[in-house]
Amino acid sequence: MQHKQTEQRFANDLNIVSLISVGKHPQSGRERRAEQDGRAVELGMSLNAENLTVLHAGDPQQNALRSYAGMGLNSIRVLEMDPAADAIAPLSSYLKQHSPDIVLAGVRAESGESSGMVPYQLAEQLGWPLVSRIADIISVEGGVAEILQALPRGQRRALKVRLPFVASVDNAAQEARQSAFGPASRAALDLQSTQSTTDVIRDEWSEAPARKRPKRLKKVKATTAAERFKAATAKAQSDGGKVMKNEPAAEQAQAIFDLLLEEGVLR
Amino acid sequence: MSFEWLHPVLIATALVLAAVGAVRRVNLWRAGQADQINLIAGLMAMPGRYLHDLHDIVERDKYMSKTHAATGGGFVLSAVLIILVHMLGINSQILAWALMASLVLMFVGALFVFKRRLDPPSRISKGPWMRLPKSLLSFAGAFFVLTLPAAGVLPEGTGGVLLTLFLTALIIWGMGELFFGMTWGGPMKHAFAGALHLAFHRRQERFGGGRSTGLKPVDLSVAADQGSVLGVAKPTDFKWTQLLGFDACVQCGKCEAMCPAFAAGQPLNPKKLIQDMVVGLAGGSDAKFAGSAYPGKEIGNAKGGPNQIITEGLIDPETLWSCTTCRACVEECPMMIEHVDAVVDMRRYLTMEKGSTPNKGAEVLDNIIATDNPNGYAPASRTNWAADQNLNVLSDVKETEVLFWVSDGAFDMRSQRILRSFVKLLKAADVDFAVLGDEELDCGDVARRLGDDATFQSLAKRNLETMAKYKFKRIVTTDPHAYHCLRNEYNDLGFDGLKDVEVLHHTTYLNELVQQGKLKLDNLSAGTVTYHDPCYLGRYNGEYEAPRELLRSLGVEIAEMERSGFRSRCCGGGGGAPITDIPGERRIADMRMEDVNTTGAELVAVGCQQCTAMLEGVVEPRPEVKDIAEILAGQLIEEMH
Repeated sequence: MQHKQTEQRFANDLNIVSLISVGKHPQSGRERRAEQDGRAVELGMSLNAENLTVLHAGDPQQNALRSYAGMGLNSIRVLEMDPAADAIAPLSSYLKQHSPDIVLAGVRAESGESSGMVPYQLAEQLGWPLVSRIADIISVEGGVAEILQALPRGQRRALKVRLPFVASVDNAAQEARQSAFGPASRAALDLQSTQSTTDVIRDEWSEAPARKRPKRLKKVKATTAAERFKAATAKAQSDGGKVMKNEPAAEQAQAIFDLLLEEGVLR
Repeated sequence: MSFEWLHPVLIATALVLAAVGAVRRVNLWRAGQADQINLIAGLMAMPGRYLHDLHDIVERDKYMSKTHAATGGGFVLSAVLIILVHMLGINSQILAWALMASLVLMFVGALFVFKRRLDPPSRISKGPWMRLPKSLLSFAGAFFVLTLPAAGVLPEGTGGVLLTLFLTALIIWGMGELFFGMTWGGPMKHAFAGALHLAFHRRQERFGGGRSTGLKPVDLSVAADQGSVLGVAKPTDFKWTQLLGFDACVQCGKCEAMCPAFAAGQPLNPKKLIQDMVVGLAGGSDAKFAGSAYPGKEIGNAKGGPNQIITEGLIDPETLWSCTTCRACVEECPMMIEHVDAVVDMRRYLTMEKGSTPNKGAEVLDNIIATDNPNGYAPASRTNWAADQNLNVLSDVKETEVLFWVSDGAFDMRSQRILRSFVKLLKAADVDFAVLGDEELDCGDVARRLGDDATFQSLAKRNLETMAKYKFKRIVTTDPHAYHCLRNEYNDLGFDGLKDVEVLHHTTYLNELVQQGKLKLDNLSAGTVTYHDPCYLGRYNGEYEAPRELLRSLGVEIAEMERSGFRSRCCGGGGGAPITDIPGERRIADMRMEDVNTTGAELVAVGCQQCTAMLEGVVEPRPEVKDIAEILAGQLIEEMH
């Protein structure tokens, strides 16, 4: 796929940080450029290649960082720490100190805990809004960004968010451009030492490959070919749910409780 | 004749101007990168190379070889004698007669050049080339008349001022083309640059019937240096020997006539590519190019200079990605120019510096890097195809006679049929063989042709390290691309693990087994059979006979296609072309199938899984496509025990 050559769509004064992690190839388990983090860098480069900081907290020797650099980065900033340590503290202190306008990250890491909590925790620590699963940033004007959020089945939701904010980048965003060996070899790694705390809880865990979760069978009640096609291709849509906006909090909580009981989550 | 002093002065002036032009031209070449060439030895070997290597190629076109021998030979001899007789004024009737004889020879040759240019084929360039035969005729004619008095045929001083002026005009025209034009960029430049190109050719191994087809490795040790460039971005990034080679082009268009991409209407014409390189090295535009354009592109818009990025204004990257690296152009070129090297050099820049491999290129390269195979399959599933084959794996047996290099065909269900057939034959012949199993990696062919030499070198080194752990005498593979890499390209990487190992294509090896009587085969009655030569087996490795002998051993009489052997037309599957997939008007595989159809064949025998895939991709009805291993396995007489 040809990537859009839309570099620098905005004024140069926009400060963007793209957070990158070490990815893991699903077939070989080999370290690589993470899919979503690559998209976060791509989005950052297309917004403002000049003032983009690509930031990693972990081991600067990690080869996968080079494959991000190969996208044409002059440097990657690395907060040097034990890759197993918790990255939240060093990242948030870095971001507090540099106060960028936009922080982009993948939805979840491809290795490690892969909890998807990093953008949320950073947003909480910084006190900034978090926009989850964005597909694109359309414009930034007067301190307000117009964002497209990715929804299932190719749907998009247009949002307006005041700067600064943290956003997680969905798979629907522009694919990361090709990584080239020359620039990858030449990029500078800009090291900063940090105080990181060992993740005591994680130390006690043992890792094993995930088992495939059983899928709930879909009941197909289709009578026409078109319906069967839709049933086969459509992602399960949350039908049967209801939107409760104006009800009292107790009623809303009861509804959630009832659903959890019904689904067998609570017994 | 009057003005006795005039002609020596004119000749000397033309020679001095030619010398000035020569220095200027040499400096254009010297702007390229250093190359290891023995200059003296090259110059000494040059005449022999002209008479044998170059002439052997020209000889494929008898008309042209005789014409060129007469014209060129006559001219060289005449030039020497003209200097002696007319410039230095040596008064010898013998020399004068010799000069007249050589001028007659040249004149006759020039007449044939003239005749061919009356109705020239579309492949040859027009423009200034159309005036060349006339220039040759006036040069030879005028000097002939001028020599008559010296030979004693006419008394000194014959003819008036008018005749002298007329002859002088012809001589100025002739010498302008043949002496001045030779170094200042006229059609005769091919003689000057061509002679030196033969002397300083980058692939000296090609002379004397040798073959040199492996791509040269990129020096990756400088990759991390600021300001370094991998591959060729500007004309000056080529080796100087390559620049010299481009300048030697005679624009005969034999490459154009053979190029599958040009025929398919993709934006590539190897002749124009080389001329664009000349535009690049000398600076200017392609407006004066008088040959066929890149299909779908107009002439006159390309501009370049020695220090300008080639793919920004001189050549559209699509042109470079259209090449299937089939080497038909190189094989055909009478000047022995290396088109494919140049194409891959420029691709290297696009991939390793710009990250702009088109279409599926980036995805395939990412897959190869992450999983060591182009489709991103789990590396641990590489040997799944042989689950029922009970093969020896080298990590268990450590030592074997024959290492069967399986290649990425292991992941493809169609190719697996070829692999199974080959295994069946090996077992029937009781060969001691083993595979590397999951330790085998992609050979690096696709990565290298797509310009990613870093990934190629990484794969090659890891494969070599794996093989170094085990003992075997031969490697046999069913994939000509892997065969080429292992045989011709792995040796450049500073490992000598394969030094004493013989690398064979499966057809060569099977032929050996059949000759030794180790395989008992039934005759094949499959109607008319033709054979398609894979580029990487034929032109790259010179193996044309073994597959044919195998077919003959089955009692098959091969109905040869017009383009077979060293002139075989590519299936369109080489050089990563199916991955970069540059649009054209036709598909190369369809054209190849038309070639097959003209023989009336019902079966095409192939020796390459890539060719099999390309030819089977042609819509039916079409002849059946089978690998030689499949055909043989079908005719195997299995002994009952």
